[in-house]
Amino acid sequence: MKDIIKIQNLCKSFGDVKAVQDLSFRVKEGELFAFLGVNGAGKSTTINIMCGQLLKDSGSVEIDGKSLDDDLEKIKGTFGVVFQNSVLDSALSVYDNLECRAALYGITGRAFKERLSELAKLLEFEDLLKRTVGKLSGGQRRRIDIARALINKPQILILDEPTTGLDPQTRKNLWDVISQLRKNENMTVFLTTHYMEEAAEADYVVIIDSGKISAEGTPLELKNTYTGDFITLYGADEAIVKSLGVEYDIIRDAYRLFVPNTAKATELIVKYPEIFLDYEITKGKMDDVFLSVTGKKLEGGGLK
Amino acid sequence: MNTVLILIKRNIKLFFKDKGMFFTSLITPAILLVLYITFLGNVYRDSFEMNMPQGVKLSQELMNGLVGGQLISSLLAVSCITVAFCSNFLMVQDRANKTIKDLRISPVKASVLSLSYYVATLASTLIICFASTALCLVYMAVIGWYMSLGDVLFLLLDVILLVFFGTALSSVINFFLSSQGQISAVGTIISAGYGFICGAYMPISSFGSGLQKVIAFLPGTYGTSLVRTHAMQGALAEMERQGIPSAVVNSLKDAVDCNVYFFGDKVSVPTMYLILGGSIVVLVAAYVIMNSMRKRI
Repeated sequence: MKDIIKIQNLCKSFGDVKAVQDLSFRVKEGELFAFLGVNGAGKSTTINIMCGQLLKDSGSVEIDGKSLDDDLEKIKGTFGVVFQNSVLDSALSVYDNLECRAALYGITGRAFKERLSELAKLLEFEDLLKRTVGKLSGGQRRRIDIARALINKPQILILDEPTTGLDPQTRKNLWDVISQLRKNENMTVFLTTHYMEEAAEADYVVIIDSGKISAEGTPLELKNTYTGDFITLYGADEAIVKSLGVEYDIIRDAYRLFVPNTAKATELIVKYPEIFLDYEITKGKMDDVFLSVTGKKLEGGGLK
Repeated sequence: MNTVLILIKRNIKLFFKDKGMFFTSLITPAILLVLYITFLGNVYRDSFEMNMPQGVKLSQELMNGLVGGQLISSLLAVSCITVAFCSNFLMVQDRANKTIKDLRISPVKASVLSLSYYVATLASTLIICFASTALCLVYMAVIGWYMSLGDVLFLLLDVILLVFFGTALSSVINFFLSSQGQISAVGTIISAGYGFICGAYMPISSFGSGLQKVIAFLPGTYGTSLVRTHAMQGALAEMERQGIPSAVVNSLKDAVDCNVYFFGDKVSVPTMYLILGGSIVVLVAAYVIMNSMRKRI
């Protein structure tokens, strides 16, 4: 797989504030890339530079082999962006909004109608075309936001906290569509999110803090590096659990034991088979990774 | 080309669908109408009567033609500017609510976006101002019609030029705005202030000489004077035909700003057109230069 995004030593300051400091990472074509960080970590600045909305101070940005410095107009056509808050025209109909946005990419007339028909089918909004955007529900509106981002058949879909504020069913539906797009069109998805369960599905994760990369890797690598494993032990007495000499939590009908890694868990189970009669081993979660890396917790759109 | 046309359509639709913006643009003309109904009509009427030689009394229809001409010229002169400003606030609103980010993230050129705002403002303002002109002409036909076909055509030309001027001026001023608060502030200043400085509420001739000299530097003054000249010159000519001395008619023209003076020199109608046209060219050039110099941060 080729690198569709290559960022090298990217720096950007606003006055004395260093928003992005010597940032380097690569995104492979077709992968789901999660870009995590608390508010103000430098995510939006990086995205804005990639999309040509902000000038960088130094470093290089290459999108699909083209340099941002030389081919900005062409690069802009490779992106589709779903912003955190909908930026469509509330007073206009879905059709008018998408017609206008398509025209920005030179897609007009028959070409627009064909693309609209494809998207309406894919995102199931055929019956919403004449509705005013301002009168749509949150989930319906998000589907139109995604349609807008896909109107130009982008190679890279940037999702800037796309599911914040949506109900679980709508979130699931949106992710189903995105998975379908990745599978069918080999689309690269660049995701920022505050939902760690979404980040856990990513192929590669970069966590930034104060404009610098704090950690990167696949979710498995990050979990192995930054969190331990958990053994949930059922049907044991607390005195016996205590005798194992590992840290534990009491949960409703079991004990949750903390071990540094899977090897240690296996070692413990093999050593005390009479205790581990009913148990399960789980890895740490992405929340634990984020907390361990940044010392901060991401939850529902804010810093905790 | 299609891209520009679709963007223009979007901007026009948004202006007419945003009731707040649409009605705000009509506040100044509405204030003027209320003032006219409550007392300005009588003030105009008394002032015309006072300017008549002793023993001369104008017919009711001619008096209505004069007063009506002054009213419609004030209304049109103000509307062309305030409607243009409000319509062009869409450009600022797009910045304030971040819609511009969605537009600029595409490969469309900034000049195409700027052109679409300009042409949409022009079109929206022309639609409203032509509709207002039609209503004003119907009103004149009802109360006392003295305008020739030439006057009507020139009046339409004046409206078009003032709309071009208002659009260009608002484009330059709105270029620097980026928030709802700034829209409100500028909107209020334009709504409240333009009616005064262009002589719509009270003729410029009734202001102090210092203020008159300052106002003589504002191109909009000549736009108002052109509209007034073409709205009133039929009625004024009729006065002369009825035997009112030219000197009296001329002093009336001075009083209602059909004649405008630049440091004592009377500005001719062709010169007024030149000033207005020149101002439009300068403002449009400034808008183009400002857009070409706009840089990403």
